[in-house]
Amino acid sequence: MMNMPSTVKISLRALRVNKMRSALTMLGIIIGVAAVITMLAVGRGASNKISEQIASVGSNLIIVLPGSTTASGIRLGSGATQNLTRSDAEAIKQECSAVATTAPILNGSAQIIYGNSNWPSIVFGTDENMLEVREWTLASGRNFYDQEIRSAAKICLLGQTVVDNLFGNDDPLHKTVRIKKVPFVVIGVLAPKGQSMLGQDQDDIVYVPVSSAQRNLFGRWFPGTVRSIMVKARSTEDLDRAEQQIKELLRQRHRIGPDQEDDFTVRNLTQMMQMAEQASRVMALLLAAIAGVSLLVGGIGIMNIMLVSVTERTREIGIRMAVGAKTWDIRLQFIIEAVILSLIGGLIGVLLGVLFAQLLSFFAGWTILISTYSILLSFGFSGLVGIFFGFYPAYKASLMNPIDALRHE
Amino acid sequence: MALIETDHLEKRYEVGDSIVHALDKVSLQIHRGEFVAVMGHSGSGKSTFMNVIGCLDEPTAGTYRLDGIDVSSLSRDALAEIRNQKIGFVFQGFNLLARTTALENVEVPLLYNKDGSKNRRERALEALRTLGLEDRRHHHPNQLSGGQQQRVAIARALVNNAPLILADEPTGNLDTKTSIEIMDLFVRLNEEKKITIVLVTHEPDISTYSKRIIHFLDGKLVSDEANRR
Repeated sequence: MMNMPSTVKISLRALRVNKMRSALTMLGIIIGVAAVITMLAVGRGASNKISEQIASVGSNLIIVLPGSTTASGIRLGSGATQNLTRSDAEAIKQECSAVATTAPILNGSAQIIYGNSNWPSIVFGTDENMLEVREWTLASGRNFYDQEIRSAAKICLLGQTVVDNLFGNDDPLHKTVRIKKVPFVVIGVLAPKGQSMLGQDQDDIVYVPVSSAQRNLFGRWFPGTVRSIMVKARSTEDLDRAEQQIKELLRQRHRIGPDQEDDFTVRNLTQMMQMAEQASRVMALLLAAIAGVSLLVGGIGIMNIMLVSVTERTREIGIRMAVGAKTWDIRLQFIIEAVILSLIGGLIGVLLGVLFAQLLSFFAGWTILISTYSILLSFGFSGLVGIFFGFYPAYKASLMNPIDALRHE
Repeated sequence: MALIETDHLEKRYEVGDSIVHALDKVSLQIHRGEFVAVMGHSGSGKSTFMNVIGCLDEPTAGTYRLDGIDVSSLSRDALAEIRNQKIGFVFQGFNLLARTTALENVEVPLLYNKDGSKNRRERALEALRTLGLEDRRHHHPNQLSGGQQQRVAIARALVNNAPLILADEPTGNLDTKTSIEIMDLFVRLNEEKKITIVLVTHEPDISTYSKRIIHFLDGKLVSDEANRR
């Protein structure tokens, strides 16, 4: 077998001789690889963005809302009744094995006042489990204590947007803000979460103990009742089971007969988002597959050109065979030629793909994610394309009869 | 021991219903250091004879020993190795690689040689020097005259120190003056380096440079006589 460096040299020379043809052949691979890289970057960027949003809302979330009721023959929408209680939340947490924790919610909008600035926000009455449910951390300060929830302490946690609008650069900790004219002491600031999938600012929020919300802010609610309950399941796999367990438990607790409608609604927040994530992943895969097809077409282009090249160089093959080239010497020469074509094409394609993805993110504002994995994948694949589509022409060349090849004009 | 030894060598082709005997029971021996001219009209079988003893073609029947090796039973790759080690080819059309320098053309047999990678460049340069083409080493074939191209081809045949040179109408594309130069070169290689030369030609003038002339007719060896120069 002949040595590699000289084979590579021979192949490079052959490619240099037909510069235009080599460049056009490479173009197929270049477009294919660039397309794969760009498509993967865009697709992965999109699914990554969705996963981030899922994580920002909190994963494995279920929300329990009051159901619809009928008053004097008029159907009222869900959430119209006050039939969920803090003890329901407690019971779900205690008795449903698939549930990790729960937090009650009693919310309403209110004007928050500090000094001479004021800001409208959503006030959530909840308990100390909320941060765990929403997987939220504190930028500063501390969470509520269990004791403070029971004693209806007038304390609050502020979202970053509220802090920015009321305090500017001041430290809000231990300051007093007024919510509906009631003074509340700031004990913590929530870490910024950014926008939700629907574009809502998740940081425009105030958390207060559910008891003080009922007593001091939203007095028309009966003590102990809540607007909704947020439930965190133990894992994604437990979501369906948790939903089932919650339904059973609440039907029992609310004394609903076998043929009566539920007086509450259970919504699975995470599942919807996970479906969206999965859809975007499938989309990304589909895009990559389409890009892969163009890579395949590029490979067929290489095979086509290599077949032409083998025919054109029949005499050269004959000469090489006459002076002692063996079957694999000839095969390797042409395979290496094809591989060099596709690898150079692959390299240019990678660069172009990265550039194009960056342009998309810069000008169109798309989220992109270029992974080393996708670069290695498409570069490696282009090499494989070279070997695969170079083999047949090389095989054909190696089977030539030296006498006929030498006589070829 | 003879360098080339054929025994009832046959090569048959089927053309439609009839069978053509390109070689018909050819038995002969060529010893080391001989200079043999193979003559005959076109279709006489002299080219087929060249191809078979050049290990480019396999005989239909009979045996052929090259340097003691029974070549008729060897595989494709083994034949390639024999060609590389034992035979240097010189063709009528030169058969140099286009767009490749003279030096690189001479290097080609060394590329397919196990220990050819060692001082390949020097060996190729040495072969070119022997033929007085050292200053043309970076020229491409299309920048060389016919005689120079043929000398590059001869350098390529010499570079592996093969004991046998097979020349197929080496002067067919050359003018008379250059032909004489090339034939003188073969004579020199035969006498100084003791290289065995088998030369195929249909020109009687060219055959006179050899020491022995054999004639083919319809695939048969019809005459085999010494030539006094």
